[in-house]
Amino acid sequence: MLKIINVTKTYAGAPLLRGISLTINDGEIMCLLGSSGGGKTTLLRIIAGLEPADAGEIFFDDQNMRDAPIHQRGFGLMFQDLALFPHKNVFENVAFGLRMQSASRAEIRARVNEMLELVGLAGFAARDVNNLSGGEQQRVALARSLAPRPRLLMLDEPLGALDRILREQLVADLRAILKRIGTLRAALYVTHDQDEAFAIADRIAIIHAGRIAQIGAAAELYRAPASAFVARFLGMTNLFPARVCADGRVETELGTFVTASEAKQSPSELEIASAQSFDSASLRSGSHLAMTSALIRPDRVRVGASGVPARVEECTFRAGRYRARVVTDRGARLTIEIDRALAIDARVGLEIESVELLPA
Amino acid sequence: MKTHRPALLLPLAFLAAFYVYPLAAILQTSFSGDTRGLAELCADAYYARVLAFTVFQAALSTLLTLVVALPAAYIFARYDFRGARVLRALTTLPFLMPTIVVATAFSALFGPRGSVNLALMQFLQLDQPPIQILNTLWVILLAHTFYNFTIVLRIVGGFWANLDPQVENAARVLGANRARTFLHVTLPLIAPAIVAAALLVFIFDFTSFGVVLILGGPRLATLEVEIYRQTVNLFNLPIAAALSLAQLVCTFALMYVYTRLQARLAQPLRLRPQAIVKRKPQRAREKIFVWGYLTAMLVFLMTPLVSVIAASFEDGSGYYAELFINRRGSIMFVPPMEAVRNSLFFAAITIVLAVGLGLLAAYALVSQSRAARILDPVFMLPLGTSAVTLGFGFILALGNLRASIWLVPIAHALIAFPFVVRSLLPMLRSIQPQLRQAAQILGASPARVWREIDLPIVARAVIVGAVFAFTVSMGEFGATALVARPELPTIPLAIYRFLGQPGLVNFGQALALSTILMVVSAAAIVAMERLRVGESEF
Amino acid sequence: MNKFYIVSALALIALALIGCAAAGTPTPAPTATPITMPTAGPKPTIPPPGELVVMTHDSFAASEGVIKAFETTANVKLKILKSGDAGAALNKAILAKSNPLADAFFGVDNTFLSRALNADIFEAYKPASASNLPAAFALDPDFKLTPTDYGDVCLNYDRAYFQKKTLAPPQTLDDLTKPQYKSLTVVENPATSSPGLAFLLATVGQFGKDKYLDFWKALRANDVLVTEGWEDAYYAKSSWGGKGGDRPIVVSYATSPAAEVFFSDGKLKEPPTGNVLGDGACFRQVEFVGVLKGAKNPDAARKFVDFMLSAKFQEDVPAQMFVYPVMPGTKLPAFFKFAESPKKPAVVSTADINANRDAWIKAWTDAVLR
Repeated sequence: MLKIINVTKTYAGAPLLRGISLTINDGEIMCLLGSSGGGKTTLLRIIAGLEPADAGEIFFDDQNMRDAPIHQRGFGLMFQDLALFPHKNVFENVAFGLRMQSASRAEIRARVNEMLELVGLAGFAARDVNNLSGGEQQRVALARSLAPRPRLLMLDEPLGALDRILREQLVADLRAILKRIGTLRAALYVTHDQDEAFAIADRIAIIHAGRIAQIGAAAELYRAPASAFVARFLGMTNLFPARVCADGRVETELGTFVTASEAKQSPSELEIASAQSFDSASLRSGSHLAMTSALIRPDRVRVGASGVPARVEECTFRAGRYRARVVTDRGARLTIEIDRALAIDARVGLEIESVELLPA
Repeated sequence: MKTHRPALLLPLAFLAAFYVYPLAAILQTSFSGDTRGLAELCADAYYARVLAFTVFQAALSTLLTLVVALPAAYIFARYDFRGARVLRALTTLPFLMPTIVVATAFSALFGPRGSVNLALMQFLQLDQPPIQILNTLWVILLAHTFYNFTIVLRIVGGFWANLDPQVENAARVLGANRARTFLHVTLPLIAPAIVAAALLVFIFDFTSFGVVLILGGPRLATLEVEIYRQTVNLFNLPIAAALSLAQLVCTFALMYVYTRLQARLAQPLRLRPQAIVKRKPQRAREKIFVWGYLTAMLVFLMTPLVSVIAASFEDGSGYYAELFINRRGSIMFVPPMEAVRNSLFFAAITIVLAVGLGLLAAYALVSQSRAARILDPVFMLPLGTSAVTLGFGFILALGNLRASIWLVPIAHALIAFPFVVRSLLPMLRSIQPQLRQAAQILGASPARVWREIDLPIVARAVIVGAVFAFTVSMGEFGATALVARPELPTIPLAIYRFLGQPGLVNFGQALALSTILMVVSAAAIVAMERLRVGESEF
Repeated sequence: MNKFYIVSALALIALALIGCAAAGTPTPAPTATPITMPTAGPKPTIPPPGELVVMTHDSFAASEGVIKAFETTANVKLKILKSGDAGAALNKAILAKSNPLADAFFGVDNTFLSRALNADIFEAYKPASASNLPAAFALDPDFKLTPTDYGDVCLNYDRAYFQKKTLAPPQTLDDLTKPQYKSLTVVENPATSSPGLAFLLATVGQFGKDKYLDFWKALRANDVLVTEGWEDAYYAKSSWGGKGGDRPIVVSYATSPAAEVFFSDGKLKEPPTGNVLGDGACFRQVEFVGVLKGAKNPDAARKFVDFMLSAKFQEDVPAQMFVYPVMPGTKLPAFFKFAESPKKPAVVSTADINANRDAWIKAWTDAVLR
């Protein structure tokens, strides 16, 4: 079990990590998801010991890692640019960590072959790493980091440079491989791509502005994003600024919303489906006057004659349904999912079934 | 990245003991409290002219050397051809020829009755020799290019050979023609190596002694020549010390600018093993270019040397036989094999000292910390210090050590050390730090990381450095003459002993020993290059 | 595979180094000549009793037998410390005054006599045989420095060249400025070369302090070629050097023609060159030896001075260093019959040289080079 406690790091006067605490349980693949330059890589480097943290502690199985030298931590790290040794061939790259453990010749040969087979590169041992394709190099790097049986494997955007199809295929392989390695206690995977994160992780920690914005399983995050940032990061685009008025109404570009209980009394008003961190009482009383964000899920909008008037800008077929982008007369843009195609420039009414309020 | 403080200690201690301390001692004695020398220096316009000429000829020589040697660096970096190793070793030979031998070789070719002039006069029916370059700026430029060709070839070629050609291909695909690709892609990438090489060449030309003194004739003087005259012949130590200071300041300023530039230009490169980068010349145009240029290079570098070798056999093997005979029963007689042995012995120690200290220093300098920024040029200063000044400093400062046999390799290492540092730095700077980190994470201790990652990758640069240290040591004369023990003369010292007396046999023996120097050195250099850790690697 | 290469490369380097080091250590010394090389650490310069250190210039030479004989009679081990050319060696001795490098110093010549005496680095010692010395050589009345040998710096000319051109070789310095000798002469820079300085002094002696520059201006107008060192002048610029040079008159030594015969391996029966021996055309260099102040072994140093005036050493001098012994009546080797001696070399007093040497060089530089 890896425990990260309140790690902070400042770069050139600007805070990069503002107190990250995170626990990765045995057998778990944890994904750090966040935009580039957000400090994810730095956190990995701190865990690996390549950089010191300004404050905070790293524990592995209750053992403080502060004074453990890099090469004795028993962690693996797969670098973003792979960092394959250009002067060594495939076999020598994979064997490197085992040689550092003074493994016997026979043992090294067996383990390297096992690893190469695991990553689907059996027979590549004698090849020059400089002559491999990107995907093959990725696999060599993975085999290399797994060969010495690390307790913890960290992967820093390992599929970053690859094309989409290859990436999707590799990410599935990767999860299977990681889950199959008995000696691997935990894995920490850094990416900026939510699809990749959803595909590989047991749990995802979204990093924003040096803090963990939300942590949870993919479905949890999707079902209940903790903030507008998280929602946006998970690919939800229908987010609108909202103002909570004194009487509990919520004003947005798309119209005024009320809480569910009031909506029953006044059917013309729109329903607020969920408002995390705002209880309905505080909303009703209007005591919370902060700016918030209103999230509208694309499948919670119906197209009809009534409702918010809008014009269809674009409509494409996507995985069995249609996805359309519409713009209201007041200029707000939404993405909606519907069962039938809409003509471009057609005028429609948008019936919004519910909105969710998120902290901005 | 943190500075490697402990790594710095050894080279710094070495410099402090064998460079700074003797230099301070001689400067202190020379000035002994008064600044007469400095005042005189500033008052006399002659010295300003000497400085101007020194800079002028050095800049021109450097430029010419780069222009001539860069295509060769390209050929050696990008093409795979038979005999590359031997050819590269041959380019090093001019570097270790004693100036007076080269001067006589040049004279035999370009003198008024030299073979080139005689041939031209006969062919063109002329009364006067058409080529009159001796004792002019031209012959200085020519000789400097002749001597320093190998510096550019080795430093730039070694770096270029590991540059991923993919980058150039990318530029070509993006629509850049050959010239633009070179100008905008290749040149910026190899710039650190070019700057490093140019720097060394410039310093060599700036502090050039023998070439200017002998070939340039007495009307052309560099600072170094003036220091020698003032120290040895006029014993005007205050002026000599003032000139030494001036030269030091110039050298330091130059070094500072250049080392900063070099550090800024350095970027992590994707280094590729040579095997992939190199190819055989295939199209006719390529073949003409490669073989044509190599032929021209050989003619330029080898003709003077071949004329020395040919002249050494004028008497059949007589001059060689004479080397082994102590005809006058002199106590100063040196069996030639003993001179060869002494030279090789000193060269081996020099390699160990210079490469060892150079590696440590280069590691410390990679960090680019503030200390490194100052130390980088400081490490280059021995190159900019006149051998005479330093030799006199040794007398004053080194007490009981001054008759030690170790002074010779120490002096040689002082001169070779900057070469090693300069050839290592671009390579070290270009190793991606991730490679080291990856090794560490895979369980390699820092020492192991060095052995597994750095050493194999910098092996080429280490070989380049070792070859330089070797050639410096084999060819060095000025400092050696001042510190060597007479019973342990090096080959150049023995050559000068012969040249100090009139007579054909003396001259012939000097040429025979020069030939032996060339053969032994070429063999050693080829052997060293074979040590380069396997051709499939870096 | 690669590991194998690395290991074998390292092993080879190590072997090479060990081999070189072993070759340098005295224990298994494969050659007959004894080489003393310390196995560890620097060798102390403090001579153990019975060691005599003599500091000298690069051109010092002597026969092995002669040196051995001295070592036996004086019961010392002689260590020779060559320290660069004559100027550099003397300057080193002066710099090391407070902590001398040697017991005796050989190779001060009369052009630098004043510098050595003014620096006060020598102990007075008059050897018993000094009374036999011709007065002309005893330039230091206090005998801090004792003369040992002398040689004449003269103009050498190419016999074949003048025969072929049916031109008479020059006889005097004045001849050099005549039109028929235009572009024929090479001299060395007196600021960097010992024969160059001697020749400058010859012109001062011949023409006088006020007129010598006129001669040089005329010589410059007659296209004299100046080189920095004797080697370059003699081998690369002379017409007999065979290395592309075309000048038949070069400032060298009066013994050089004899040396040409001696060092021709039997090919030459007659010297290819001759000397310009006209009155005042040559300058006589006298070399001195002295006991250094603060010598650790002054007794042996004095014995060495005695030894240098002994017949054994004096007879050894001509063939080893191509100079004449100072002791009258010393037997000369056969080939010295080709060595000619000027009847009247130029005369400049030591005091004059002392006072004006640097000024003359500077004036010469301004007149001839700039």
